[in-house]
Amino acid sequence: MYNPTVARLTYRALLGRRRAAILFVLPALLLLIAAAVRGFNGADDQIAADVLGGFALATMTPLIGVIAGTGAIGPEIDDGSIVYLLAKPVKRPTIIFTKLIVAIAVTMVFSAVPTFLAGLILNGNGQQVAVAYTVAALVASIAYSALFLLLGTVSRHAVVIGLVYALVWEALFGSLIEGAKTLSVQQWALAVAEKGSGEGLVASDVGLPVAVVLLAGVTVAATWYAGQKLRTLTLAGDE
Amino acid sequence: MSTLHIDHVSRWFGNVVAVNDVTMGVGPGVTGLLGPNGAGKSTLINMMGGFLAPSTGTVTLDGQPIWRNESVYRQIGVVPEREAMYDFLTGREFVVANAELHGLGATEAQRALATVEMEYAQDRKIATYSKGMRQRVKMASALVHDPSVLLLDEPFNGMDPRQRMQLMELLRRMGAQGRTVLFSSHILEEVEQLASHIEVIVAGRHAASGDFRRIRRLMTDRPHRYLVRSSDDRALAAALIADPSTAGIDVDVAEGALRIQAVDFGRFTELLPRVARAHSIRLLTVSPSDESLESVFSYLVAA
Repeated sequence: MYNPTVARLTYRALLGRRRAAILFVLPALLLLIAAAVRGFNGADDQIAADVLGGFALATMTPLIGVIAGTGAIGPEIDDGSIVYLLAKPVKRPTIIFTKLIVAIAVTMVFSAVPTFLAGLILNGNGQQVAVAYTVAALVASIAYSALFLLLGTVSRHAVVIGLVYALVWEALFGSLIEGAKTLSVQQWALAVAEKGSGEGLVASDVGLPVAVVLLAGVTVAATWYAGQKLRTLTLAGDE
Repeated sequence: MSTLHIDHVSRWFGNVVAVNDVTMGVGPGVTGLLGPNGAGKSTLINMMGGFLAPSTGTVTLDGQPIWRNESVYRQIGVVPEREAMYDFLTGREFVVANAELHGLGATEAQRALATVEMEYAQDRKIATYSKGMRQRVKMASALVHDPSVLLLDEPFNGMDPRQRMQLMELLRRMGAQGRTVLFSSHILEEVEQLASHIEVIVAGRHAASGDFRRIRRLMTDRPHRYLVRSSDDRALAAALIADPSTAGIDVDVAEGALRIQAVDFGRFTELLPRVARAHSIRLLTVSPSDESLESVFSYLVAA
């Protein structure tokens, strides 16, 4: 299912592009904010949870997911170079699965690791806040990568749609409007993270069983569908 | 030895019919797919390469369907028209990656790079390559698994004459080895120099098929039209119409020119200057007015 050559090409394409700068800028910004907050307010569990929840998980993780998920396949489809992968005796779902693994790995490294470091800076992992949000970021990385990889496979406007989803739905509606919360990767991830943290610091509006089922369901369905779409991907010429 | 079969294939995009009920077989040797831009050549090649489903009809390689069948790529090598490659890789890394995707390795990649004579630049990034070098690395990536079928979409586009000659030589060699080589082109001379067999596509239809000489004869024997301006149009017209090589002449008063239809191309081109000289008429303009490929092709379709 996993093809190391496809993985290598995907990594290099993903990290070699200019867009990849955002992968470094956002985590740097998070660490900067964490250091500033700690400097002005000292260690405070509630503030730590607010920063990690409000910026790291609600904004940074979905944005990194958009860059990594859509970037793992979108540009290749756009410019037609995917033809070099497709014209090979390699199963199309293998290509999607491999790209998913790469997207997940990149999203995890660039969102979960800085989240954990920011948590340490903010309150030294007091009340397990850093660990809880790191777990949330890890879990969210999987679902975001699968969703945005599918988006990159089916749409040429994947980045725009992804950004709208990440910024408007997840960051705004997902934290403000009740109904939207049930359909938010962020809330599902929080439900998983809630288990391990101190009282009331990490809270989700979705129950754990529902969250786990939705996370797994979305990830599997999106990956399966992307594989099917790639099997019938049409490379129309210029005509 | 492999044969591609296209059987009553049509392909439409929305309301536009790109390929219209085409049936052809492509066997070992070099075949040229000739047609004007937008005739449906790329659509046809994309269907042969498994990147596009026919709307109706079937495309098969030795009886196996090509669409949604990854295993055919063990026998097919594809050289796409589009420029995009993995520009951040070196030529060697790119060909090695292509080899690995076939389950092969660096040895095969090196052999393919040697075949296209790109070893000297194999460690440079593809981004720094010229168009001809890119084309050759694309060739290497398509040859890496020693395929019996090679599909090339407009391979000579943008190549300089020397690169063109090298690639032609290479394709000729591939054809002589018994591979099925199909390339598309909108340039008659390219096809003439390289292909032993020609398929002509015009406006999505299969217009002609066969040996080059037959098609060439069809093309030169067609009526040619010329626009001629001279110091005495009417005297020239009178002298030309007396010869059987001229089928008709219009005096275009508005343009101040003659529109001449010649039926015998060779004889007419010789006749015109001779007649003008004999009558002391100065020729100011002699221009063929329908030399565009489209008119050549539309003539072929009618033939």
